[in-house]
Amino acid sequence: MEESSRRTFLKLAGFSALGLGAKPVLDAFASSGGEQSKPMVMKGADALKAKRWALVIDTRKFESEKDLEPMIEVCHKIHNVPKLANKRHEIKWIWTEEFKHIFSTQTHAFLNDRVKHLPFLTLCNHCEKPACVRACPTKATFKREDGIVLMDFHRCIGCRFCMAACPYGSRSFNFRDPRPFIKETNLKFPTRMKGVVEKCNFCAERLAVGKVPACVEVSKGALAFGDLEDSKSKVRELLSSNFTIRRKPALGAGPSVFYIV
Amino acid sequence: MLEKALKGSKKYYGWIAALLAVIGVGFACYLWQFQFGLGITGMSRDVSWGFYIAQFTFLVGVAASAVMVVLPYYLHNYKAFGRITILGEFLAVASVTMCILFIFVDLGQPTRVFNVLLHPTPNSVLFWDMIVLNGYLFLNIIIGWNVLEAERNNVAPPSWLKPLIYLSIPWAVSIHTVTAFLYCGLPGRGFWLTAILAPRFLSSAFAAGPAFLILLCMLVRKLTKFDPGREQIQSLAKVVAYAICINVFFFLCEVFVVFYSRIPEHMDHLVYLFAGLHGHNALVPWMWASMILMVVSIILLVNPATRKNETTLVAACITVFIGTWIDKGLGMISGGFVPNPLHHVTEYVPTIPELAISIGVWAIGFLVLTALFKIAVSIKEEVSGVS
Ligand code: SF4
Ligand code: SF4
Repeated sequence: MEESSRRTFLKLAGFSALGLGAKPVLDAFASSGGEQSKPMVMKGADALKAKRWALVIDTRKFESEKDLEPMIEVCHKIHNVPKLANKRHEIKWIWTEEFKHIFSTQTHAFLNDRVKHLPFLTLCNHCEKPACVRACPTKATFKREDGIVLMDFHRCIGCRFCMAACPYGSRSFNFRDPRPFIKETNLKFPTRMKGVVEKCNFCAERLAVGKVPACVEVSKGALAFGDLEDSKSKVRELLSSNFTIRRKPALGAGPSVFYIV
Repeated sequence: MLEKALKGSKKYYGWIAALLAVIGVGFACYLWQFQFGLGITGMSRDVSWGFYIAQFTFLVGVAASAVMVVLPYYLHNYKAFGRITILGEFLAVASVTMCILFIFVDLGQPTRVFNVLLHPTPNSVLFWDMIVLNGYLFLNIIIGWNVLEAERNNVAPPSWLKPLIYLSIPWAVSIHTVTAFLYCGLPGRGFWLTAILAPRFLSSAFAAGPAFLILLCMLVRKLTKFDPGREQIQSLAKVVAYAICINVFFFLCEVFVVFYSRIPEHMDHLVYLFAGLHGHNALVPWMWASMILMVVSIILLVNPATRKNETTLVAACITVFIGTWIDKGLGMISGGFVPNPLHHVTEYVPTIPELAISIGVWAIGFLVLTALFKIAVSIKEEVSGVS
């Protein structure tokens, strides 16, 4: 009861926020305490909704690093991801890896040349059973109803337990103040402070206003985003007509990112 | 009783001043870290826990080892340990203090530490670790203080203390078990993903802790008029002997499983630690040194002649302490992160400020330990009328 009336309130608040500022309000309630004040991106009227969001990457449509750059660039730009020269302090939400790294448990010496040298997009898998959420001692990392695993940058204490827990290396930590390293700050998305963890958010802030993730938008059809639980969705269509793989299937984490190889 | 910690010889004050100086340097470095961020350490995106968490892990073991004097005395009525239980308990207090500080200095946003209480999350092992560590700290302070006070007044300890003492025994085991669970339940880290981790932690703890306690007992005997006793020290030595043997045995069990099964995700970390991986081998000499030290200590401790000789016993205890410290305080944490889940090798080397902060925390621990031991020993001297 409580919970659902709260949700309704939050949704209504979302509508009014939209009416006033015409942009989603990220987590206005995070610090007001209480178990139920779970942070969430409030959804507008035309928000995209799903039972479980998923991403299908058709790697056959890529040839080289250059084809993937626009996706990485747009993500890092709109999300204020800093560019740090020191590799140890690197922050990345989406990047590329060779097959032997991203699929380290599925690789072998006789891969064909295309797959061997092809760069693969690497990002948070928004796992069905996310180890990061299990480990976080403050619920700063949490899984939303639609399957997206999100971060509350204002609650995170920077213990980095989630980084040790994630079996995919998807998380980055702000080893120093990231702000001086952002070329052009997007004022519609929060910047982070030093000492907190961050990662891909499946563009929750865009979904809330009816837009698909930025990487999908600029992918020229190579990336498909949709509801895994909806048998008529684009991602399901792709999954039923192609052979796909996921990272480290043996762990049972249930990644929501699929690769057509 | 606190006043006992304030009165001492020139040497005592000198030692305290030296510790305070080291703490001062560590604190200054911490302020720098607080201001800049954890970027002043050697940690990285790939090795996201380093020296701090490793010290924490090692010291949880030292803290838990107090049970090795408490249990024989209270459960088996082994009277001899009555003389030194207080030393074990106070060592635990100092160690847990360091553990909590090491977790604290490792936080990226330390001012938000109370979020762990404001948003209690039972599915996180860190939440439980916080509970068991703080609980253990309080148990040992309450028990140690009251037993000592009773001893001073020449009366039996209050009866309500007994249940707490019994509780402290499984509690000691729990702190190191929960600490092992921080690591061994993580799906993508093959080095830690083994059920033998908690037993290994406990066995190395029950070697390192009592070994350290033996050294402290000998120091107390040398510096004060209180003699913890030869029998006590010899009994502790047997505990260390068994524990270090079991520790090496558990380690070899892990080595067998890993190398016979040949599953790369489990094997690569051990290969990295003991032989190097893709040309990265910073820890190799350390790990072999650790193994050699442990084997040497086994020889010294199992052989009755060298165990009973206090000079060789001291050597054995120092080798145990250093050997297990390298194993846990150096290899155990960064070893789990190299290679990373994408099979990249990023090595970790602590930086100078990181070491200064760590040494500062150790110094705080020694300060607490010195004060508590001073109190305990003064009371013991007073009671036996030798002071
Ligand atoms: S990929 Fe890692 S960070 Fe993303 S949901 Fe899964 S465990 Fe969490
Ligand atoms: S670093 Fe932040 S998000 Fe990660 S486990 Fe700790 S509190 Fe949670």
